[in-house]
Parts: sequence; structure tokens; C-alpha cells
Amino acid sequence: MIEFTLNGHTVQTEIDPNTPLLWVVRDHFKLKGSKFGCGAGLCGACTMHVDGAAMKTCVMPISAVAGRSITTIEGLGTPEDLHPLQAAWHEHAVPQCGYCQSGQIMAAAALLDANPNPTAAEIDAAMSGNICRCGCYPRIKRAIQSVSENALAYDAMAKTGERA
Amino acid sequence: MNTMNVSRRRFLQSSAVAGGGLVVGFSLTGCSSAAAPLPVAATEGAWTANAFVQILPDNTVRFYTARSEMGQGVTTGLATLLGEELDVNPMQMEIRLAGVHADYVNPLFGMQGTGGSSSIRAHYLPMRQAGANTRALILQAAAQDLGVNQAALTTDNGFVISGEQRYPYSDFIDTAANLPLTDDAPLKAASAFQYIGKESLRVDAIAKSTGTAAFGLDVDIPDLHYAVVVRAPVPGAKKRAANTAAARTMPGVVDVFDISNGVAVVAESFWQAQQAAKQVEVEWEQTDLGRVDTATLLADYRAALASGEGVEEPNDGDVDASLAAAATVHEAEYWTPLLAHSPMEPMNATIRIQGDRAEMWTGIQFPFAVPAIVSRVADIPAENVQFHQTYLGGGFGRRGTINHVTEAAEIAVQSGKPIQLVWTREDDIQQGPFRPASLMRIKAGVDGSGKLVAWDARRAGGNISPDSYRTLLPAAFPWMGDSVAEGVAQMSEWYFENFATDESSIEGLFEDYDHPNTRVTHTTVDHGLPLTFWRSVGHSYTSFAKESMIDELAHAAGIDEVAFRLNNTENNPRRHNVIRVAGERMAAMNPPPGHHLGFAMHHSFATDVAEIAEVSVDNGEIRVHKVTCVVDCGQVVNPDIVRAQLEGGVIYGLTAALYGDLHLERGAIKESNFHDYPILRMDQAPEIEVVIIDSGTEPTGIGEPGLPPIAPAVANAVFKATGQRLRSLPLRLA
Repeated sequence: MIEFTLNGHTVQTEIDPNTPLLWVVRDHFKLKGSKFGCGAGLCGACTMHVDGAAMKTCVMPISAVAGRSITTIEGLGTPEDLHPLQAAWHEHAVPQCGYCQSGQIMAAAALLDANPNPTAAEIDAAMSGNICRCGCYPRIKRAIQSVSENALAYDAMAKTGERA
Repeated sequence: MNTMNVSRRRFLQSSAVAGGGLVVGFSLTGCSSAAAPLPVAATEGAWTANAFVQILPDNTVRFYTARSEMGQGVTTGLATLLGEELDVNPMQMEIRLAGVHADYVNPLFGMQGTGGSSSIRAHYLPMRQAGANTRALILQAAAQDLGVNQAALTTDNGFVISGEQRYPYSDFIDTAANLPLTDDAPLKAASAFQYIGKESLRVDAIAKSTGTAAFGLDVDIPDLHYAVVVRAPVPGAKKRAANTAAARTMPGVVDVFDISNGVAVVAESFWQAQQAAKQVEVEWEQTDLGRVDTATLLADYRAALASGEGVEEPNDGDVDASLAAAATVHEAEYWTPLLAHSPMEPMNATIRIQGDRAEMWTGIQFPFAVPAIVSRVADIPAENVQFHQTYLGGGFGRRGTINHVTEAAEIAVQSGKPIQLVWTREDDIQQGPFRPASLMRIKAGVDGSGKLVAWDARRAGGNISPDSYRTLLPAAFPWMGDSVAEGVAQMSEWYFENFATDESSIEGLFEDYDHPNTRVTHTTVDHGLPLTFWRSVGHSYTSFAKESMIDELAHAAGIDEVAFRLNNTENNPRRHNVIRVAGERMAAMNPPPGHHLGFAMHHSFATDVAEIAEVSVDNGEIRVHKVTCVVDCGQVVNPDIVRAQLEGGVIYGLTAALYGDLHLERGAIKESNFHDYPILRMDQAPEIEVVIIDSGTEPTGIGEPGLPPIAPAVANAVFKATGQRLRSLPLRLA
């Protein structure tokens, strides 16, 4: 049995330990926000946080996450309670088809957690593991920049209604 | 309740827009008849005003999007058109993806399909009319219920205003449901628009940013089993023998069996099915395609061009005489490779067959095909097949094909279980259908005043349309036997080889400039690879040949590239103006040292786009720093989505310009996943600026026209940077 933390809850599974984390989360815990794109760790559609770091989970066996903390897009925010990046994705009309965006947002969230005010080059470097076939990159970059350190405080004020 | 009646059907028919489309020639939908009940949600007390809008007792306005949402923003666009006239903010609507019904037919296609950058063109008036008619009934009902003169009433975002009082639309839906339908309520003047043409967001962005938008792969139903198919590495080859013993012993595997297209592995999970499929050993029959390499394609195309044989269409004026008399004559040959679409969501379909009824969930550009195909495969009546549209994780033409529908239905019939068929990424890249490879040669002449006098263009390659007929005919004509459908497809192949050019295969090669003498010679060379529409279709490659040639001609004649294009588009004021505006932008640019500007313009899907690429070349590496797009697509419905579609078109086109290259080795595609079929990533993506020209004319296409100009714009910049004319895609410096 493998035990780990999924979006703040302790969970267990007795599945084949070789099964990639992506499929455990999608098939067994029924969280469908993380996507299958390539099955080879090349596109980033499956990106989740493992102990806070953005990881490609389509090639990460579930045995490797025993005792670790997993956050998926569902754990980041909800339509009723958006994470600042999700709000920025909406305000900048980032998604087109939307299929890659869970992975993009998880990669961006890990970046900002580690580096709240990244340069454009740092954003490029952190986001280049995530493919968007619709070509949303310019908007993804703008949305991340809008949530970088100073903007974050501004958005938080807006959310609590302190900004008129 | 369903309030459809004859007068509304007549409205929908009479509002059909005449004109060409992605697929012409289909007039039957193959789907349920207009008399069939609308496939809308049954909600207690709701009023179904028409196929597109339901108003609920709590005043929720539910919008059914008839066109497939694959990222192009059509749901937002259509909701905006409806909301403009209904007087409801599209951002407040509850979005539903429509099922299959005659009322959801695309007026430009005559069937329920999405593609060809047609949706806003096709629905600009019909969707507004549906909104206006619905609002008219609400006002009439309100006047009746409130006992006031209707002229004293107005509306404001879902509310009827009577003096100081505001009443939600839902107060009047019971009365409205019993009123005779209106089909010609007056439409607003453009000057009164509050949503159309205004800056606004997307209706689907929150769902797509929170992982709550449901794609086909996210469908989950009780007892769902997963299928992976082992297909021939050489597309179309039949199975000779298979050893499935090892696969059957793999964990989770419940069945392994033959289907028409290969060997299906059914397991309790996709991952298990994928692991087991790797253990299936198949011996495939040898086919002619199995002797073809990429070098064979090129050699055969080159021989075809050299033969001088082919179909000449169009052939206007006297090309040979005008070339002989021209002051400057230039000739060049251009190569564009095979490409896969690679939408981020691999192809998939989920199906449940119970007795003589079936349901299928998939994100597809041609929903009409689903009931027809499932009906044929499972031998159940088409009206017993319920289709559930999902969001499409990218389309690009790939989801205009239906082979996954057929495969999923075959597997469900044999396994007796609810099935989700999933194509792996390797399947996606290696199996097609593909964007065809092309070899194009253009010879053109310019007179002493810089006017084009002759345009002699040739293409050799496979035709795009016949395979689409092959797959869609059985769906469009349910009564047609498989062998008849195959016969018609073969007849279309023969027809395009011998009598007329396939418009999809040559579009964009000759139309954009004023030249009195024009000839296109097409030589069909078909090695048997499955082909289909790929974002911007023929334009995706003809633009590269045409706009490179225009640039080469201008250079050969010693004329500025923008002035040359202006001088040769005087017969088309809108195109001329797009070139002029873009040229002024380019003249005002001041690129840093080492950066060079390339220009290209292309007309596609009734829209004109010019693009300026700022490019540097460093150690043989081509880097695109910035792209400026100038577009005239007529009346804009959502400016930010127009910008997004141009951004996306540029980036999709840049992947093809810089990387996209599938290689055939003995008939099989060599590349397999994103490591060897790379897609442009953020660190390689340029800054993109979009300039929208507001010409106020009817709306024209926007999902595809951003793509065609980018490859030649970059190639033309590379010429300025290096002096090298790169005439093959992807662009590689010598």
C-alpha cells in the first residue's frame, strides 16, 4: 500500500506501484484536471506539484510519491475560489482549447512560489517544459507577470474588496 | 418543452448563407430529422425558446453552442451574437455544448460541422436573429402579463424594464412559451451594439483554468474499460498474423481482438492497455506504400513536375506568350513536408452500447457523423445513438476526421463493455491522416512597370479531399453501402487526377495578385498515405511558395517588396489596404542591429492578413523575435479572440516553419513523439502584435488566416539576413 497526501488529504492506494501518478490521480481519485498529452514527460500537460515542485507525472511511478505531498490543479483553486494565477488566466483570456492549461498553471504556480518576481527569461526557462499547441505563450507570460510579486498584493486587495 | 414549429424551421433554412465551405457537395446531414426532439437538458419549468437558448425559472440563460469549441473561441463568439440581440451578457450565460440535431447544421456546410474558419461568417445573422426573436417573445409576454403597452417596455441584461420596475425574463417564460413564434424580429443597428466588437473575455476561460472543463478523455462512466489499438506502422496495411499471447497475460487486460484497423487491447485502465499493446506482435502485409521513403516522395514529385503532365485549372489568358514577353522572368521550386496536427489532447472516444441504444462522448468537428457511423458499425438505428459533445483539446482539422469513432464502435460491439478508446501520442504522430507533402514550382513574369503579367504555378502531391470523402460519405449518406462509398471516393481520386484540380490542394497558389495570365498545373502523385485538412489546408503550404516567389520577383526586378505587392493588388482594395497598413508599420520599425524584417501577405477564408517577422540568424539558428500581424476580417465580434487566433495561427505556423518535418521510412513515419516532432515552446515564441483594420464589412474567417503568411515572412527575413533563399520547410540554413 502506498500512502501520500493529495490536495491536503491523506490517501492510500494498493495499485500496481509502477502506475504513473497521473493515472492514479485521474482513474482512482477521479481528479480529471491533470491531462495526458504524450506519456513521455515531454509536454507537461500532466504537471502537478510534488512537495511543491512542478513535476511531469505521466512518467512518475506512484511508488516514487510515497509519503510525499501532491497538489493538482483542483487543489490550487476552484471556480468559486480562484488562485491568483487562475484569475489572471481568465483576465488575460489565456486559454484557447484549454487542454494544456492545468499543466501550464501548475508550472507557473511552482515558479512563483519559488521566485515571486521572475524575469521574462526566468519565466521562459520555467515554462518551456509545457507545450501549448494553440500558441497561448504570449498570454501565459503576461498572466504570470501580472501575478508576480507586486501585482499579487494588488490582486489580493481586489479580492477582499479593499480596492475601490 | 420543445416549441419548435414550421415557421422557425423556415427561418433557419432561409437564413442559410450561400457560399463555399470546407466540404462542398454534401447536402444531407445524416443526422436526426428536424422533427426530432431537441437534445437539450430537461429542466423543470425551463423555456426552450429555440435550439440555442433556454431560460430557467431562476433567470439563468443557458446557451447551446452549435459549433465545436476547439479553442478558436466560437462559443464566446456565438454567445455574443445571441446575447447582443437577446440583451443578455454572454459572460453570464451557462454554456452547454450541443448534441446532434438538424437545427445545429452549419449553414455554410449544410451539415453539422465546424471548420474552414466558417462559424462567425455562417452564424453572424442567424444567431442574432435567434436572440432577437427570443427577446421579442419575452417583451410580448411581459406586455401581456403586466397589462401594459409593449412599446413602454425595454430590456437590460436579462431583465424587462417597465418604468421603475425590473422583472427578470424568467417571470414571463410561461406566457412566452405559449405565444406564436416570431421569426423576423428586427435586428439592432451596428451603432447600438453593446457586446459585438467590444473588448470582452472568454466564456470558457474559468473552466479551462480550473481543470473543470470536460474533454473527451475526462469522460467517466460506470464499468468503463479502456482500449488501445495496435495499428500497422505503414498506414493501411492489413494484418497477416498476430501473436497476442503475451499481451493477454498482462495485468488488467480483459480482451485482445482484431478490428478492421488493427488489434484492439481492452484493459481496466488506459495505462494497462498501453503497456499490453506493446507486447502484441503483428506481421503486416507488404503494401506499395511500404516501399516509399521521403526521398521517394521528393523524387516522384520532381519527376511529375518535369513530365509537364497534369490537370490545368485555371488556365486564363496566354501564359506562355506573356512569359516570353516579360521584362523579368523568375522561376523557383518549393518543398513542404508531411505534417501531423498533434492536438494536445490525443484522439479518443467513449462509447456505451446497451441493447439497441448507444451513447458516444467525443470532441469532434463533425458531430453529424457520430450517430451515422455508430449506427452502421453497431447495426442499431441512428436515432437511437445519443451524441455528447465535449470540449476539443485542439482540433486543427484532426478532429474533422472520424476514424476514432469507427474504431471505438467496433471495439464496444466486440467487447460488450463501455469503452474509452485512446490514441497514444505515437499513434497520433505516426498514423495520420496527414497534411500532405508538396512540391511546387512557380514561374512568373513582370513587365517594365513592375506589373505581374504571368503566373505559371505547378504542384505535385496527393490530393486532400478524396480521403475526407472516403471517411465522411458513409456518415453523410447512411443508405450508401461501404463499397459504394469507397467507389465514390475512388471516383473523386480519378476525377482530380484527370479532370479538375482539387481546390483544397491548390488553394492560395495563384489567387492573390493581379495577373491577367494565370495557369495552375496539378499533377497528382498519390502514394497512399491518408491525408486530410490541416489548419488552413492548402494555404498552409501554397502561401510559402507564393509569397516567397513574390519576394524573389520583387528582388529580381529591383522593386521594394511592399511597393511590388501594392502595385499588383490594385484590383482588390481591401487586400491592397492591408498591405499598405502593414507596409507603413514596417517602414516605421527600427530593428536592432542583426535583426531583419520579412514581409508576407496571404488571403484565406475570405480574410486578408499581412505579417512582418523580425528575425535574426545566429550560428545558423533562425530566431523570430517579433511578429506584427495586420488583419482585415470584416466586422469583429470579439477583438481579443481575433488577436488570440492570429497569435495562435502564427505560433502553429512557426512550428511548421522552423521544426515540422515527418519522414517516411519504408512507408512508416519515423518520428514518434515530441522529442523528434518538436512543437514551438515558450522560450522560442516571438512577441506578437495584432493590428485589426475595422472595415465594417461582413465578418470573414479568423481561425486559420493567421497561419499562412508566417513561414514566408520568416523565410523572406532570412534572405535579408543571409542572402540565402530557403525554399524548403522547415527552414534550414545551408
